[in-house]
Amino acid sequence: MPLHLKRLLMTGVVIVSLFLLLKHALTPDSFGQYGHYRGNSMAEIAALPVHYTGNSSCVSCHDTIITMKSESYHSDLSCEGCHGAAYKHIASPKTEKLMKPDSREFCGKCHSINLARPEKAIVQVNIKDHHPEKNCIKCHNPHQP
Amino acid sequence: MTEKKTSLSRRNFFKNAGIAAGTLVAASTLPAFDAVLFAAVKRNTKGPWYGIAIDIEKCIGCGTCAKTCKIENNVPQEPFFFRSWVEQYTIKKDGTLKVVSPNGGIDGFTQSIPAEEIEKTFFVPKMCNHCYKSPCIQVCPVGATYETDEGIVLVDEKYCIGCKYCIQACPYGCRYFHPDKHVVDKCTLCFHRIKKGLNPACMDNCPTKARISGDLNDPQSAISKFIRTKNVYVLKPHLNTGSKLYYNALNQEVR
Repeated sequence: MPLHLKRLLMTGVVIVSLFLLLKHALTPDSFGQYGHYRGNSMAEIAALPVHYTGNSSCVSCHDTIITMKSESYHSDLSCEGCHGAAYKHIASPKTEKLMKPDSREFCGKCHSINLARPEKAIVQVNIKDHHPEKNCIKCHNPHQP
Repeated sequence: MTEKKTSLSRRNFFKNAGIAAGTLVAASTLPAFDAVLFAAVKRNTKGPWYGIAIDIEKCIGCGTCAKTCKIENNVPQEPFFFRSWVEQYTIKKDGTLKVVSPNGGIDGFTQSIPAEEIEKTFFVPKMCNHCYKSPCIQVCPVGATYETDEGIVLVDEKYCIGCKYCIQACPYGCRYFHPDKHVVDKCTLCFHRIKKGLNPACMDNCPTKARISGDLNDPQSAISKFIRTKNVYVLKPHLNTGSKLYYNALNQEVR
């Protein structure tokens, strides 16, 4: 075999083995475990923290208010839908307080008149005309509207 | 020695034309492709097969789903990044269509068009369709986005190279480029909650229970009943994405 071909062949062998070495070193262990992706990433995503802990975590302390709410028009609402994510409050209830939204705009997000809101689904008012001088919660208890 | 027939001979022409015509006639007897329920049939034999259902007749456009999604999943608060958002469609009496989604609906909707000009208006909550045969997965050059056995489309943020090809491939605009992580981010159907036995945050907090998710394999699940009893439709069925987000009362104007 001529020398130049030998050199070419050697270079080829070096390149291919370098590629295989790099591929082996750089491919994550769990790649291809279930398919053409890194299998461990599923467990990593599944381990992310939960922020909205659900009504069941509120009951142990706020049972009276939840009972009141469960008999009202707002029975289907989750506590955190209005009060925000409770994960910090559950860890340290004394220091981490949840928000108590009381603005007309906040109630209006559901209850202001909009033709797109199905009439049967929700009670709607014109928040510009309906007692504009005071907040909704002066008359309506949000847990027993 | 026989003479080899050229491909342009009269005999070959009639033969090929006959084959083509016969194939066409045979193909016309095949059942039509059912894009809407294509992905709803049992695709996972080992466990659940997740789907999503949204009832437009129940959506009041409060934007709680979009708000809770951002907090639950640490989505940037700027109004360009959404995993889940709400659009208001308004069809005016003159036939024009207007679609608005101010901050994804998080701050609520105010009706800008006078009521007397409106023919019809409704809210359409949107999120990842978790397609079976999803186009976003097909285009990923490195295998950073994938579909789990349960039918949930996920992104491996450690493996994504940020080429944004999947953002272009998604016909529903459900992916965005994370401004800090410099990788693509999308709805995981709250994979971290589902694996802990909880519902996705947007569905737990929806005040009218307009959105549900669940196991399509289980004929008694709420979503299976939803699909059986309602007139369901998916977005862009002509693209054959295998969307598993089923809408009740979806207008054809919705894109």
